[in-house]
Amino acid sequence: MTTTAPARHASNRSSVAADRFEGADQPRRLGKTTLDDRLSLAGAAFGSASLVWVLYYQMLPFAGVLGFLVCWYLAFLGFYVLLTAMSHPVPLVLDRLAQAVIAGGAAVVGLALVFTILYTFVRGWRPLVHLNFYTKDMGGVQPSDSLKRGGVLHAIAGTGIELGIAVAVSLPLGVVAAIYMSEVGGRFAKIVRTVVEAMTALPDLIAGLFVYTTLILALGLQRSGLAAAVALSITMLPIIARSAELALRVVPGGLREAGVALGATQWRTVWQVVLPTAAPGLATALILAIARAAGETAPLLIANGDSQYLNLNPTSNPMNSLPLFVYKAFKSGDPGYIQRGFGAASLLLVLVLSAFVILRLIARNPSGRSR
Amino acid sequence: MTATALPVSHNDDGPRRIRTLPHPTDRIFRGVSRGVGALVLVLTGAIGLFLAVQLIPVVHHYGFKYFTTQEWDVEGNRVGVAAAIFGSVEVALVALMVAFPLALTTALFITEYAPRRLKPLFVSMVDLMAAVPSIVYGLWGFYILQGQGLNVARWLAEWFSFIPLFKVDSDPHSAPFLKPQFTESAFIAGLVVAMMVIPLACAVMRGVFDQAPAGEREAALALGSTRWGVIQAVVLPFGRGGIIGGTMLGLGRALGETVAVLITLSQIDKINPHVLQNGGVTVSSLIADHFGDANRGVQLEALLAAGFVLFAMTLFVNTIAGIIVTRSRSGATTEI
Repeated sequence: MTTTAPARHASNRSSVAADRFEGADQPRRLGKTTLDDRLSLAGAAFGSASLVWVLYYQMLPFAGVLGFLVCWYLAFLGFYVLLTAMSHPVPLVLDRLAQAVIAGGAAVVGLALVFTILYTFVRGWRPLVHLNFYTKDMGGVQPSDSLKRGGVLHAIAGTGIELGIAVAVSLPLGVVAAIYMSEVGGRFAKIVRTVVEAMTALPDLIAGLFVYTTLILALGLQRSGLAAAVALSITMLPIIARSAELALRVVPGGLREAGVALGATQWRTVWQVVLPTAAPGLATALILAIARAAGETAPLLIANGDSQYLNLNPTSNPMNSLPLFVYKAFKSGDPGYIQRGFGAASLLLVLVLSAFVILRLIARNPSGRSR
Repeated sequence: MTATALPVSHNDDGPRRIRTLPHPTDRIFRGVSRGVGALVLVLTGAIGLFLAVQLIPVVHHYGFKYFTTQEWDVEGNRVGVAAAIFGSVEVALVALMVAFPLALTTALFITEYAPRRLKPLFVSMVDLMAAVPSIVYGLWGFYILQGQGLNVARWLAEWFSFIPLFKVDSDPHSAPFLKPQFTESAFIAGLVVAMMVIPLACAVMRGVFDQAPAGEREAALALGSTRWGVIQAVVLPFGRGGIIGGTMLGLGRALGETVAVLITLSQIDKINPHVLQNGGVTVSSLIADHFGDANRGVQLEALLAAGFVLFAMTLFVNTIAGIIVTRSRSGATTEI
């Protein structure tokens, strides 16, 4: 205290300097905003909105909400830069500009996602409130009939059966492939990893074509739920393998070494140490893959015909499914049918969304660690 | 060589060579897992092979004009994939132009700006975006995006029609705005496909940005850098491989997207370089569109051969992307 005393008695100017010096010992505040930050943000947003509104709607012959938002955003960036440049050095101007651009881009993506989901529900909720939508098929129902008749039970059952078979095929294969890539390793594993990575983005349509050429043309199978399920499992396999490998890789290497040092074989270490530790990650991989596969339309279009009747046998006769139902509804152009299509699309979204709720629960409560 | 090699092998001071024979269970374990890994390879190879075999009768029947013909006219015996390949690349490039900046900013926002508590939520939102069925994006694009995109397309056509790409065969200045000329264009389809490219590219970029070394971040901050300074000096240079690889994976996805394109692009078997103008065709939409009425025989084989073209295109792009991403990622396991 005594050392700072002279500074206190000194002139106003130097006491400010001393305060600054004392402040230098405190950590820099990175996440917090100052009043200046907030006011210049709000000022730039308001000013640019007013200017663009006057120019866009009152003076120029433009129309369309999207155009207005784009112009507003661009004007906002200009205002924000000018406002900051009046009182701050160039690095800070650049920092604020970058933050505005990055947050803006992320906001566009978030809004687009939210709008997509909301729009589907807004157009599709009407059929969802009728119980028969879940318990009846479209057999003998005209698309233009009232929503109290007919439903999508055949599509729900088809999606469920196809997904079930696809999971039964692709989960064991995918996890073992992931174990191979992460636990066994070697040069060949690197090749496999590159190929798996490439297969992840392989068009779903190709899986359908492959199944068509092999199972249907070469082996003489019918276009059926089974063919569609095989196509789905081909699309799911790389997704499961890739995200399961990521889950296995974050298992601490020390745990593996501990297992082996205790005399366990590698197989035992993997089975009793690595897999239980990675269980939440593996569940994530599975749910992601199911969510992706549930919405695939293209392979079903090729490997599976659509039908209006409930068919629980995957080996014979075509089997409808939710995405296929949505597509056919859209193609029909009939308003009543399209509404049913949106209802089915909402169901698909519910399926995907609930998968993500389960994911969040798993992430919050990582059980399986102690088994 | 031999003279120097001899003493080394007889050197008793050197470390003992440790050779462990794996336990029999481990041998089975490794063998099985290697077998499954090989199965994945064989599967990919088989997909390519089975589709490639279809090329032989097609080229035999139509000749190499199959790759230069634009029409898909089975009765007229003029069948080719030139228009479809052009359209695929066109739609994919439009999608990338839109998706790349958005994916990059979203990834940067999640890693650098998002509050720590909300970060897992944002990450799973991106995953959710990847899992939303493409048909839902297609419907949304057809009914909503198209209405808004029309105005943008008209504006572009009005002011930039001197660039041949943005030309539309109608007078945008005319009082009755000819909407049908602007609907269901490659531009609209590209916008919709961008929705599917963004999460894929963003997830890869975010993964790489997250691994940017914390020490270097802190060093930059300690030197007085702003957040943008950290991004510019540490995150972006470190994540360059992820940015390129993620974008290319997105390109692969965009090339192969089927249903959303089928819904938002009106099918015309013709090279249409005017992105804002109605009509076009991509390889995948061509296949899906014609598959229903394809019987056995050369028409079906022509479609399957088009499938091979699609497979080759995407596999090429994806493999390069995969190599770039794998190389940019630090390979070791996490240590405690």
